[in-house]
Amino acid sequence: MSVLVLIEHEGGAIKDASLTTVTAAQKLGEVHALVAGSGAEAKQSADAAAQIAGVAKVLLADDAAYQNMLAENVAPLVVDLAGGYDAILFNATSIGKNVAPRVAALLDVMQVSDVLSIESADTFTRPIYAGNAIATVKSSDAKKVLTVRGTAFPKAAASGGSASVEAVSGAGDAGLSRFVGAETSKSERPELTSAKVVVSGGRALGSSEEFHRLIDPLADKLGAAVGASRAAVDAGYAPNDYQVGQTGKIVAPEVYVAIGISGAIQHLAGMKDSGTIVAINKDEDAPIFQVADLGLVGDLFQIVPELTQKL
Amino acid sequence: MKILVPVKRVIDYNVKPRVKMDGTGVDLTNVKMSMNPFDEIAVEEAIRLKEKGLASEIVLVSVGPQKAQDTLRTGLAMGADRAILIQTDQEVEPLAVAKLLKAVVDEEQPGIVLLGKQAIDDDCNQTGQMLAALTGRPQGTFASKVEIKGDAVEVTREVDGGLETVSLTLPAIVTTDLRLNEPRYASLPNIMKAKTKPLAAKTPADYGVDIAPRLTTLKVEEPAKRQAGVKLGSVDELVAKFKDLGVVA
Repeated sequence: MSVLVLIEHEGGAIKDASLTTVTAAQKLGEVHALVAGSGAEAKQSADAAAQIAGVAKVLLADDAAYQNMLAENVAPLVVDLAGGYDAILFNATSIGKNVAPRVAALLDVMQVSDVLSIESADTFTRPIYAGNAIATVKSSDAKKVLTVRGTAFPKAAASGGSASVEAVSGAGDAGLSRFVGAETSKSERPELTSAKVVVSGGRALGSSEEFHRLIDPLADKLGAAVGASRAAVDAGYAPNDYQVGQTGKIVAPEVYVAIGISGAIQHLAGMKDSGTIVAINKDEDAPIFQVADLGLVGDLFQIVPELTQKL
Repeated sequence: MKILVPVKRVIDYNVKPRVKMDGTGVDLTNVKMSMNPFDEIAVEEAIRLKEKGLASEIVLVSVGPQKAQDTLRTGLAMGADRAILIQTDQEVEPLAVAKLLKAVVDEEQPGIVLLGKQAIDDDCNQTGQMLAALTGRPQGTFASKVEIKGDAVEVTREVDGGLETVSLTLPAIVTTDLRLNEPRYASLPNIMKAKTKPLAAKTPADYGVDIAPRLTTLKVEEPAKRQAGVKLGSVDELVAKFKDLGVVA
């Protein structure tokens, strides 16, 4: 059985989410990695993909049309290559979620989204109802199309492999869509979904100024990424890409620190697989304490500065 | 330009879902059902486009049980013009929904199909992208801003690192994210008015689409529960714990 993984890469480096998807793919068969992109950066990413432990072959599709991973252009490329594979795996990231269903529909396959575990070649577990239930589903499609939840599998080693790189080509620009631009949040901090420590703030912080005044220095002390609850994002205290939860990002760091977050189901769905959960909240009955390993009840405006100073 | 808005009747987002004892699914008997929140945002966006004079007609479509009529009436009360119910009591997977929607698109020829990015019951996040694939149209998923510019639509998308903007040649498929807008409440007069708006009743067979599922659900379980831990007495104790965890020196 052979498996194709659509690799996500940036600046010539492989994204962590793709390393976890490679681990999932190895459970199904021989792993081939598809790197779609443009120019020297794509070439560099393909070479990096060839180093990933467990990757048997790298396919490099170099075309300006693949530069921004537009689904209209990338999906036909994947579909053209699909014939040789029993399964095609994507990350459950904004890129994977965008491209995978377009591929699945073109192949007349019912995709399995957000795979948490691979039970056998055709049976998978996945969360439904915001993670309030876990379904075990069996696919009757000859080919499987899956998106893989990054926090559910360990990362494959980024080095140790020595796969060959083979050039492939697709139809290129489908002429349906055009990339206009991106506003990416620049940050010195680790990326939210792959950070070892995450410090998240909630609505109790009261304002954008207080959010940054209290959360940022603590995150810096802990070498942590910064997250936020949906309530804090909706209130405008933090940008949307900070959002942890069912409708935001799913994280599972070694340590998750929830500050002024009550613990709505929506939020818990995004962080409950974290290693150690630390909660700081003035309401001792807040639901966050039902999942927290370590809790501190009190006024966050006193506790957080004191904590930051003592660390 | 006509806008087609597919909507789904799902468990109300304020209700905590309970897994059935026999592990066959989530218990939906006597549970409050509502329009999928992301679809509500899609209806709202369509109405705003119409209010700006950029859309001529808003057609709603739902695939589901007879009761999905209520969901369609909610959308009509918000301001949509007419609705189509493709009635079935079977659970219909996103791939089959996309095939049914493609048939509706072929008939109605909308300039934009606006859908929620995912339904909060199965959390699949597939239907819009699949419909785009089947109709050969471009897709703007996870939209936080939608701007029509001539024969194209510019969609600002919520992506992992921030925001991204794409320009799609019309006709196009757009799926909504949370920050696109805040849906309005229907006023009482509009709720009354919605009762007389046209609602066509169809079945999957009318469109010649096979809706047999490809996935079999073997079981549904509650996720592993976390145990509540300990409450600490002071910041110093927490500092010591952080040291134990190895996150600070």
